[in-house]
Amino acid sequence: MAASTTTDNFKVIGTRPIRHDGVDKVTGRAKYGADYAFPGMLHGKVLRSPHAHANIKSIKIDKALKLPGVKAIVTSKDLPKAENKLEQSGEMVINPMYLSMNILAHDKALYDGHAIAAVAATSPHIAEEALRLIEVEYEVLPPVMTVDVATKPGAPILLKDLRNKEEGDKPTNVAQHYQFKRGDLAAGFKASDYVIEREFNTAMVHQGYIEPHNAVGIYNSDGQATIYCSTQGAFDVRSLSAQVLGMPVGHIKVVPAEIGGGFGGKTTIYLEPLSVLLSKKTGAPVKLVMSRSEVLRASGPTSGSKIKVKMGATKDGKIVAAEIWMAYEAGAFPGSPVGAGAMCIIAPYTVENFVIDAYDVIVNRPKTAAYRAPGATNAAFASETIIDELAEKCGIDPIDFRLKNAVKEGDAQVVGPPFKRIGLIQTLEGIKNSPHYKSKLTGKFRGRGVASGFWFNAGMQSSATVNIHADGTASVVTGSPDIGGSRASMAMITAEVLGLSVTDVRPITADTDSIGHTDVTGGSRVTFATGMAVYEAAKDAERQLIERAAKVWEKKPDEVEFRDGKLHAKGNGVPPMSIKQLAPRLPRTGGPITGRASVNARGVGPGFATTLVDVEVDPDTGKVQILRCTVAQDAGKAIHPSYVEGQMQGGTAQGLGWALNEEYFYDDKGTLRNSGFLDYRMPTCLDLPMIETVVVEEANPGHPLGVRGVGEVSIVPPVAAVANAIYRAVGVRMTETPMSPPKLLKAMLKHRDSTKHSAAAD
Amino acid sequence: MHAINYEVPSSLDQAVSILKAHGENARPFCGGTDILIQLRAGVRRTEHLVDVKKIKELQTLSFDAKKGLRLGAAVPCIEISESDVMRRHYPGLTEAAHLIGSLQIQNRASVGGNLCNGSPAADTTPALIALGARARIVGPAGEREVPVEDFVVSPGRTVLKPGELLVELLIPAPAPHSSDAYLRFIPRNEMDIAVVGVGASVTLDGDKVKAARIGLGAVAATPLLASKAADALVGKKLDDAALEAAGHAASAVCKPIDDMRGTIDFRVHVTGVLTRRVLTIAAERAKKN
Amino acid sequence: MKKTLVEATINGETVEFLCEPRQSLLETLRDVLELTGSKEGCLTGDCGACTVLLDGHAVCSCLVLGVEAQGKKIDTVEGLATQGVLSVLQNKFLEHASLQCGICTPGFLISAKSLLDRNPKPTEPEVRYALAGNLCRCTGYDKIVKAVLDAAANIRSQGEGKAAAR
Repeated sequence: MAASTTTDNFKVIGTRPIRHDGVDKVTGRAKYGADYAFPGMLHGKVLRSPHAHANIKSIKIDKALKLPGVKAIVTSKDLPKAENKLEQSGEMVINPMYLSMNILAHDKALYDGHAIAAVAATSPHIAEEALRLIEVEYEVLPPVMTVDVATKPGAPILLKDLRNKEEGDKPTNVAQHYQFKRGDLAAGFKASDYVIEREFNTAMVHQGYIEPHNAVGIYNSDGQATIYCSTQGAFDVRSLSAQVLGMPVGHIKVVPAEIGGGFGGKTTIYLEPLSVLLSKKTGAPVKLVMSRSEVLRASGPTSGSKIKVKMGATKDGKIVAAEIWMAYEAGAFPGSPVGAGAMCIIAPYTVENFVIDAYDVIVNRPKTAAYRAPGATNAAFASETIIDELAEKCGIDPIDFRLKNAVKEGDAQVVGPPFKRIGLIQTLEGIKNSPHYKSKLTGKFRGRGVASGFWFNAGMQSSATVNIHADGTASVVTGSPDIGGSRASMAMITAEVLGLSVTDVRPITADTDSIGHTDVTGGSRVTFATGMAVYEAAKDAERQLIERAAKVWEKKPDEVEFRDGKLHAKGNGVPPMSIKQLAPRLPRTGGPITGRASVNARGVGPGFATTLVDVEVDPDTGKVQILRCTVAQDAGKAIHPSYVEGQMQGGTAQGLGWALNEEYFYDDKGTLRNSGFLDYRMPTCLDLPMIETVVVEEANPGHPLGVRGVGEVSIVPPVAAVANAIYRAVGVRMTETPMSPPKLLKAMLKHRDSTKHSAAAD
Repeated sequence: MHAINYEVPSSLDQAVSILKAHGENARPFCGGTDILIQLRAGVRRTEHLVDVKKIKELQTLSFDAKKGLRLGAAVPCIEISESDVMRRHYPGLTEAAHLIGSLQIQNRASVGGNLCNGSPAADTTPALIALGARARIVGPAGEREVPVEDFVVSPGRTVLKPGELLVELLIPAPAPHSSDAYLRFIPRNEMDIAVVGVGASVTLDGDKVKAARIGLGAVAATPLLASKAADALVGKKLDDAALEAAGHAASAVCKPIDDMRGTIDFRVHVTGVLTRRVLTIAAERAKKN
Repeated sequence: MKKTLVEATINGETVEFLCEPRQSLLETLRDVLELTGSKEGCLTGDCGACTVLLDGHAVCSCLVLGVEAQGKKIDTVEGLATQGVLSVLQNKFLEHASLQCGICTPGFLISAKSLLDRNPKPTEPEVRYALAGNLCRCTGYDKIVKAVLDAAANIRSQGEGKAAAR
């Protein structure tokens, strides 16, 4: 489909209307999942393992059941048997047994926070008290908390049925080994003038959405269930819950509430099947909401990782070889984003010779879930700091070094077909031309760093309908929960196609019965794929409007055209007709008009971002202040520029938090010590400067409006950019995240000692 | 949370008698910013929360140039940071109160509550120690005063016996040419618990130190009075050498732990850094007085 | 568990309600009074999503007991608009696209209102300090700070306009 690359001529697209859900959101009227209440509703709480690794010998619930106000308690015994195999569930490949085990532990607790049982009671306080009365007998086992410990010979095995191809029938903690190769690695290193080899360690981090997970389940005696929840994907909640509960998919309706942040963490299920299970047992609606501590302990953070990179470049700045070994923490069940990380780590650059080995490793931590460009940020921390070092060795400016190696249209990807039209170079140039880059950074202990990043973005399935109302306004219905302002863009696309004002189009996110299958809000795909479906649905409505106008004018449809928001009869004489004028005539000309479309979107445009950051380091304490930050990203076409900027700023802020202070602290028993926002330290308003944005618009030829997904890639470069800035500020190259004050101070003191000694030795 | 009873005594006597009646099963309730979190987490347990905010003796904030400051235990931190008198005469204690949590926390939390929570990392405690503050306690057996540096006996535990209530903090009037300052190290710019907290008060005689007190927080099981470090400054000019020595001496009395907020090495090192910095600020302020 | 009868002024209206002593003000607002605009994010006073005004002071309602509302004046996000007309702050948040998921927005609006009620001409650092107790994970705060500064300027010029008109 030819991209419309005209950046002018749009009447609505590219403007900044007030979002349609705005009034509800600033008045407190918007209903998020935890805001729902139903008559007779009970409250549920989950009992969670205090042990990182333990056999569950017995669970006694009789004392708890006797507590006044307690109505039901469930354990894994109340779930149907789940098979150990790989299965297609909607778009995902899942292992039903592991999915079920994560909802309620079977015979083993695999992480601090692992769900053991769930209680429904008349108040959340009573439900909590009941948890204390449930007696669980644990046989505590040694915790396996890191990749190193998990892969050591003789390590305790976490999942007794887990096997990988290479180890045959040997029980293992390595779920998967991916390898990607190209060219001749040895020859590449031979041809290199400079070779840099380093090992990196990144700590586990959480998406940090402010809204905890929630679900209200209502099971009716006719076997039909409804789930209200804050989710990024109602259809995924439906298929995964059906899988765990052993119910037909078509017997579950999922109503997506407004969602208070997800970033990938709300693309799976935790409480949803429990709410239905408890509702089935009690005959009442049951609401479960996670506490912040439960969110951190038991929902899915993203992997901590160990990454070894060896990279070679010629002295004129061409990267010619890369040897990479990466191991990511999957958590208690397989599925870390190490494969994606492996495909991203050198993706922005043309590298002729590489070998990348990537390992998915089971540890006694919560099962990891997607976090905004999953796997790519860890990888970029490693690769982009090595590239910075190589640039320095070659005596080439770090942006120019990247420009020399940057992928462009026609270049190969790590896996898959060659790139089509992409905007990496434009983001590098965008940074070079930014006021930030052009400004001088002066002062002691200050440094400027840059890094780039890549993310695939996704296509996948979306459905949309456009209804024309009796007054000529329209509604556009999709199945994409709005986590960042996307519904405004859906309305804008519809308004643009139909020549309506954006306030005359009402965007709605529908439940799983009211709209065709739509894949998750994630993967930077909503404006791209759902936008594509919306565009086509609006075009379908337009086609029908043309047919009706033709009927009214007693002409053939090909004698009518839709132009400038009006229907025109080709030729002369007949005055044009607006949709408003045509709308009252619809009943007599064939009935209501609903434009519809469903897509499995092809033509995805990958995302690139380049981030520039200035830091100041306190040389005596290791504290880092972010002085200035600019992010340049290729959006293809910014439908609503404010929300495109918002995605760029948000991803950047998360990356800065990842760089500076965010990490999971487990003690030697495997207990999470910082399961709250006090000690899981995300940036506050006082920690960040304004985040300047450069929106590059290199139209994606695969989309009718040139759209390229923007949601994710901005989180990829900032960690490396901060590391590179710290190097320029105090001469220290950090190889672990977060680059928190104790770690940075230690590195600076070591660096000062060694430079003192080498100076003394001269 | 488990079930609790809530009572609002209107007088000091009434409060003491309720606390006495329930002993270990009652706790004074003021800003709630520590106790409610602890009760929900199961870290503390109580059956009776005794709201002390309506007791007038705990709401005093009065300064007398000769007698000094009477700071009621229930006065919220925000009143301190909004008080001209406090900013002028006790800038260190004021800045400590302004650093606790967010504005939302400061609108509720009190210096008295901060002290009674018994955390070694409390922000205002090192500042109080530096000022030579005394805690006035009222209980069934009568009244007593305890120097603030002796108030916390172990993490989370204070000298308060069952039935006793902290009524106010008594802070000496600032001597001529003296002032105080408080600095803390946190990894972010707000919202964190102090990794290291140092409060200092300095009295100058010309350009020499006449008297000094240094309070340390978050570097031992309790907040500390670093008396050796401060005493060594008396009679000296506060030059680089003196500051360096004071920093080392303060580091030397630290007995910190490795935890998720900082390592031992880090805390010891930063104690020295902050001690030097806070003495410099206090001295600069003292010069202006 | 016996409930306590509490009388308070909430968003300008006198209200009577029952709650248990262990119920926080946040829980009372949301579950008893059905004012779900204030949100629960952490229950430890670290995120500010539950921020309300208690006798004009911004507090985390998760760290206030429902029974403490007795005789007090409470203002929540639901009371910011006047008979449905949005306040300047609310409008500026929308104009500047200062919200993405919107869960933190009620808390930010209350904290920002508290700031502007006390300091009509805040600098950027003063705005950032005043909002440090409200976490946002979506926006990176940039557009929030811009909206508050713009609202401050707007309110000041409205005031000047009114003064000039007299």
